[in-house]
Amino acid sequence: MAQAGISQQASVQKDDSMLRQKNMLSDYYRRVASAHEEGKKIVYTYVPGNLAELFLSFDLVPVYPEINSLQSGMRKKSARYIQAAEKIGHSEDVCSYVKSDIGMMLEGNIGPTGERIPEPDLLFLSYTGCFTFLKWFENLAQHYRAQMILLQTPYQGDGKITENMKRYMVRQLREEIIPQLESFSGKKFDEDRLREMLARSARAEEDLVAVLQSARHRPSPIDAYFGAVYYIAPIFTAFRGTQECVDYYASLRAEVEERVALGLGPVTPEGPLSQERYRLVIEGTQCWTHFREFWKMFYDEGAVAVASSYSKVGGLYDTGFRHDPNDPLGTLAQYCMGCYTNLNLPTRVELLEQYIREYQADGFLVNSIKSCNSFSAGQLLMLRELEKRTGKPGGFIESDLVDPRYFSAANIKTRLESYLQMIDQKRSGKVQ
Amino acid sequence: MAYSLGIDLGSTTSKAVILDEDEKIVGRGLTNTRSNYEVATALAQEEAVINARFHFLDRELEKSDLNGAAREDLFQRLENNFRLEQHLYRVDRLQETCLEAVEKAGADALREPARRALDAIFDECRREAIESFSLQRVDRSRFFRDIVGSHYMALAENLSGEALPYDFLMSIYDRSILKEENRSIGLAFDEALKAARRRTSEGLPHHRALLETVTDAILDRPLHLSSCVGTGYGRQRLPFPKEHIRSEILCHGLGAHYFFPATRTVLDIGGQDTKAIQIDERGVVTSFQMNDRCAAGCGRYLGYIADELNIGLHELGPLAMKSKRSVRITSTCTVFAGAELRDRLSLGDSREDILAGLHRAITLRAMSLLARSGGIENEFTFTGGVAKNAAAVKALRQLVQENYGERKLNIHPDSIYTGAVGAALYARRAQSSKLEP
Repeated sequence: MAQAGISQQASVQKDDSMLRQKNMLSDYYRRVASAHEEGKKIVYTYVPGNLAELFLSFDLVPVYPEINSLQSGMRKKSARYIQAAEKIGHSEDVCSYVKSDIGMMLEGNIGPTGERIPEPDLLFLSYTGCFTFLKWFENLAQHYRAQMILLQTPYQGDGKITENMKRYMVRQLREEIIPQLESFSGKKFDEDRLREMLARSARAEEDLVAVLQSARHRPSPIDAYFGAVYYIAPIFTAFRGTQECVDYYASLRAEVEERVALGLGPVTPEGPLSQERYRLVIEGTQCWTHFREFWKMFYDEGAVAVASSYSKVGGLYDTGFRHDPNDPLGTLAQYCMGCYTNLNLPTRVELLEQYIREYQADGFLVNSIKSCNSFSAGQLLMLRELEKRTGKPGGFIESDLVDPRYFSAANIKTRLESYLQMIDQKRSGKVQ
Repeated sequence: MAYSLGIDLGSTTSKAVILDEDEKIVGRGLTNTRSNYEVATALAQEEAVINARFHFLDRELEKSDLNGAAREDLFQRLENNFRLEQHLYRVDRLQETCLEAVEKAGADALREPARRALDAIFDECRREAIESFSLQRVDRSRFFRDIVGSHYMALAENLSGEALPYDFLMSIYDRSILKEENRSIGLAFDEALKAARRRTSEGLPHHRALLETVTDAILDRPLHLSSCVGTGYGRQRLPFPKEHIRSEILCHGLGAHYFFPATRTVLDIGGQDTKAIQIDERGVVTSFQMNDRCAAGCGRYLGYIADELNIGLHELGPLAMKSKRSVRITSTCTVFAGAELRDRLSLGDSREDILAGLHRAITLRAMSLLARSGGIENEFTFTGGVAKNAAAVKALRQLVQENYGERKLNIHPDSIYTGAVGAALYARRAQSSKLEP
């Protein structure tokens, strides 16, 4: 998730919501930078399955290392950071988010606003589906000599969350996590405060789902892969559960609904897209080092993402889940277990199949990420299965999160153009 | 008659194909890709037009009462002489460019000996050309640059000495050939054909009248190209509007379908990319995979190995075919494979056996792309420069057999034109759909 503005030039076109979001995130980084002076404690945690409401209810300030890494990628600093991490012994094959973060740490931990990101007082791991996350924090724990708390999230191996799994997580939360957070923060757990936050989360989630589902319209008023990066940033990070978040999503929704009423397409960095030529469902994460260049390859051809799995990494809401203030711990458990990469392959295939049909997509495209095994494993299999089930052509592109060495523009362009021309032929039924 | 042109601007060679209204190939053109893509495009096109016009000339010859062998012989002589005229024109032009370069070099003491040396070198180039172009078959895969370059280098070595350093002569050549390569052929078709007719008639006076008739039928009748489509790595830089550009993956799919309608899988190994393509019964691409950040396993890999062994690219395949026992090469990285090659040589393995292993290694890379694109279920077509390499084909056959069982493998003699054929078909079809009400 990026926040607009920080890494972008003034000439770039933005929606009002983008400007608003930019300010929110700048304020956030300022809050982070001054947290220690204000006597607040910093918790590092990851986006998938992040328990923002719980931290905020203890007045802790969450920081997301992947977000810092992707910011470094967008600001063209990741190459240097990755090099710094490789210099101290991290292999070329290590996840580039990890290396970018470690490199940034080695070079003084300066965040996207130019302010120093304080060291963590606590490392909180609530999503264990990615083994790299665990190793990443073990590295940080050693470097910062910070305490680490681990909430074990069971994988949805059988494609569903059982009562047993939920009970297991709730017990961890009640018996281990909350007591540890109480002693760490010096504050008593305030369940009522948490409930209030969860109620606000649910309201923002409702609006987010409306925004993402607006892409069912023709033309789609949003781009649900590139553009969605801006839409998901607040709710996937430190804002969920706040009034600011509720307000942002209400205004974003109004803006998108207005676009629908006017029959407008999505806003790209070069202005509104005038003609929607291809509707795609995109699977996989982003390539941050070339975010704009990559996006341009799509909008230049009139290709719009109508749905994506990436816009679900920090919470899968469109299948009905909302944070439930009446079951605060149970809902946190369900949230953690429901994040996209915690789903097994058959469930992911089903979800994507549903997107292809519901959003009337012309095709399904994978951006396979060199660095990220938890996302990329099985993607070819998914592609073949989806082709078989939907009859829509599948495409496959490879890039990386924040290692610019893995972005080959000519190669990617060839693949994308070939893929779009394939869709043309499929649609017209003519070989021309 | 309206003709359609397809151009495939590849990383190593540029290809052009001309189709008639019945989608029959009437012209093929091939040239080496050079830094100036526009010239490469223009040359490939020019070659295809020449080829097409000679195709029509052959039809005129068919009307004569010459028997098959005599007709073929006459046609060959005329075409060879046509090529010779073009070649001589370019040799003259290159000599002038070299002389200008000597003037500009400003080394007074070198000027005279250099001029004399250039005279000798280019006289030899002309003499050799007249000799070799009179042969029955001229090797078309050797481009102007290669032919003249080899003579120049050999003679420069003999003619250089203390008064005239070899390096000086070579620097003159390098600068001049670069200029020459970025120019079009220059000699107009009709002019070259008339000169070729004269030269041919001199040797065969009894055919003078026939030569007049058949050449007159095609002189002053330029080919009308009514549509064109471009493809290949350089497609973004082709001087075509965007709607006249197609991806090379689609073009290869359709081109392979043209040659072999029953084919469902296409493997293309080119200079710097490998593509595994699945197509349907109409030649439409249904899925594809290509190499990503690394060009190991492509044509350039073989080029690198040939350089390491100090032999020509075309010698690799035949050498590897002599292998008795293939050596297992584990590296998929081009540079590492070079190191492994030297290592194996020092361990006493034969060049033939190592080369067989290298061919198997690159084919293994292609097998992975094939598998990822959906495997081989049906008839299968191999295209691209590497399809001409017998050892690569052998390794591919073997691996396909091991992985998929018995499959029919097609390699068309015109396989290098597959992408250009696909492009020309797209050009033809776009035009016919425009003409339909």
